[in-house]
Amino acid sequence: MVRFENVGLRYGLGPEVLRDLTFRIDSHSFQFLTGPSGAGKTSLLRMLFLSLRPTRGLITLFGHDIATLSKDALATLRRRIGVVFQDFRLLDHMTTYENVALPFRVMGRTEDSFRQEVVELLHWVGLGERMWALPPILSGGEKQRAAIARAVIARPQLLLADEPTGNVDPNHAQRLLRLFIELNKSGTSVLLATHDIGLMDQYDARRLVLHEGRLHVYD
Amino acid sequence: MPAGSCCMKVGCMSMIDMGIGAEVREPGEGKAVASDTPLPNFESPIVPKGTIAGRALVAVIAIMTFLASVTIGAVMMLRAAAGDWQADLAREVTIQIRPVAGRDIEADIGKAVAIARTVRGIAEVRPYTKQESTQLLQPWLGGVALNELPVPRLIAVAIAPAQTPDIGVLRGALADQVPPASLDDHREFVDHMRAMTRAILGGATGVLALVMIATVLSVTFATRGVIATNRQVIEVLHFIGAKNRYIAGHFQRHFLLLGLKGGAIGGGLALLLFGLADIANGWLLSSAEGSQLIALFGTVSIGPAGYAAVVAQIVATAVVTAATSRHTVNRTLETVQ
Repeated sequence: MVRFENVGLRYGLGPEVLRDLTFRIDSHSFQFLTGPSGAGKTSLLRMLFLSLRPTRGLITLFGHDIATLSKDALATLRRRIGVVFQDFRLLDHMTTYENVALPFRVMGRTEDSFRQEVVELLHWVGLGERMWALPPILSGGEKQRAAIARAVIARPQLLLADEPTGNVDPNHAQRLLRLFIELNKSGTSVLLATHDIGLMDQYDARRLVLHEGRLHVYD
Repeated sequence: MPAGSCCMKVGCMSMIDMGIGAEVREPGEGKAVASDTPLPNFESPIVPKGTIAGRALVAVIAIMTFLASVTIGAVMMLRAAAGDWQADLAREVTIQIRPVAGRDIEADIGKAVAIARTVRGIAEVRPYTKQESTQLLQPWLGGVALNELPVPRLIAVAIAPAQTPDIGVLRGALADQVPPASLDDHREFVDHMRAMTRAILGGATGVLALVMIATVLSVTFATRGVIATNRQVIEVLHFIGAKNRYIAGHFQRHFLLLGLKGGAIGGGLALLLFGLADIANGWLLSSAEGSQLIALFGTVSIGPAGYAAVVAQIVATAVVTAATSRHTVNRTLETVQ
């Protein structure tokens, strides 16, 4: 599904922040991405959701070499990836329903074709009564569930989550982990970036550890 | 595959079941969707409307469009007035008969009038009476007994519209047959007037150019500012797979409407002002004093061309706003990918 070969990244003329990254993310797999602050987790995630191009090496996503793809093709590829941001990035002028339905709207689907699907998912994530609420009045947990719902509504093949448990209590973090595990069991590959060792210890999964710009894989 | 029915319910476990939605959990929630639950609609625009930044942009566009429209109108009026002055001056020449001892000035006047009337292209020849000529000097000479002074006499010669009489022939005939007569075709004055009006029009056009540049710059920077406040919208749309032209298209349409709204407010006020000026112009023309004012200072109407220029300026401002938004969105997208 995802293949990195000798990938390097530098910003401008500075030193390489990521060096010789070589790894794969297989279909239906679950992995943690971890490492100390500043190790390059966010940079690696940005390369994975095609927000950043590497300065060297080869990245293959769903069988496509991303270096050869046009912007439109990259956008189409991006629809197969769900991203959960640490800061949620919900649009404040849209209701919870509209935020979650946004990927379908962008795809050009008619509302009749996705309304029921979005409503069911909102009920499933416990936001059935908050469909008409705007993000500013949602609690942190509700925002987090809305952000996750938006990331999974179009059934992406790959789900990337950047520190999804970064600002919640341990109990809530454990619940979120269970959610990601369930999503993985449903067929979505999951890469969960975290520096919470305690969280990783709760689930036996592959670990990608970034340290001083290099990646160490522990299967 | 409905997300809630297959993908999301693997293992028959929902977020609620996992306790994640506990704080908003209601009876029945997290299970089936109640049939009587009203369904929501996607009504919000992709680009937020009615924001403070958006309203500020409309205000900036309205103010700048108003100023630019007023400047356009002023330049149009000045240009029309300058044209009228020059045309009026060029349509009249003056014959002056100096009183000369031993000559009958009334006979000289009659002969000069007869000569002037024979020239092709002359519409009207009107000799001023002695009383009219002395009245012309009264303001400068005060209470002096003018009847006892040798006052020169004037003959106003009006040139027919769209005609170019041979002034040289008229001047030669007068010199031959009426030696005390001299002809003034106002050439020197007209040349001075032309130079002055050219300078004034050049200055006004320069001011118009500066106002237009200021309009474009202020609208451009204000638009960029509003786009900056929408960066998160651009980023989210980008990350969920929206194509660049989809994002830029939405912003362009939104900002075109903002530009038209601001332009319609500012330009509309200016058009209202010019419309009132047109009404005042009609009223002035119907009174003797008003006609004199218009003859002196020119018309206060910008005419159809002026109205068209203001409308074009409103549309141009909206187009600049839309184009700037598209360019800025595309530049923003370059920085997020």
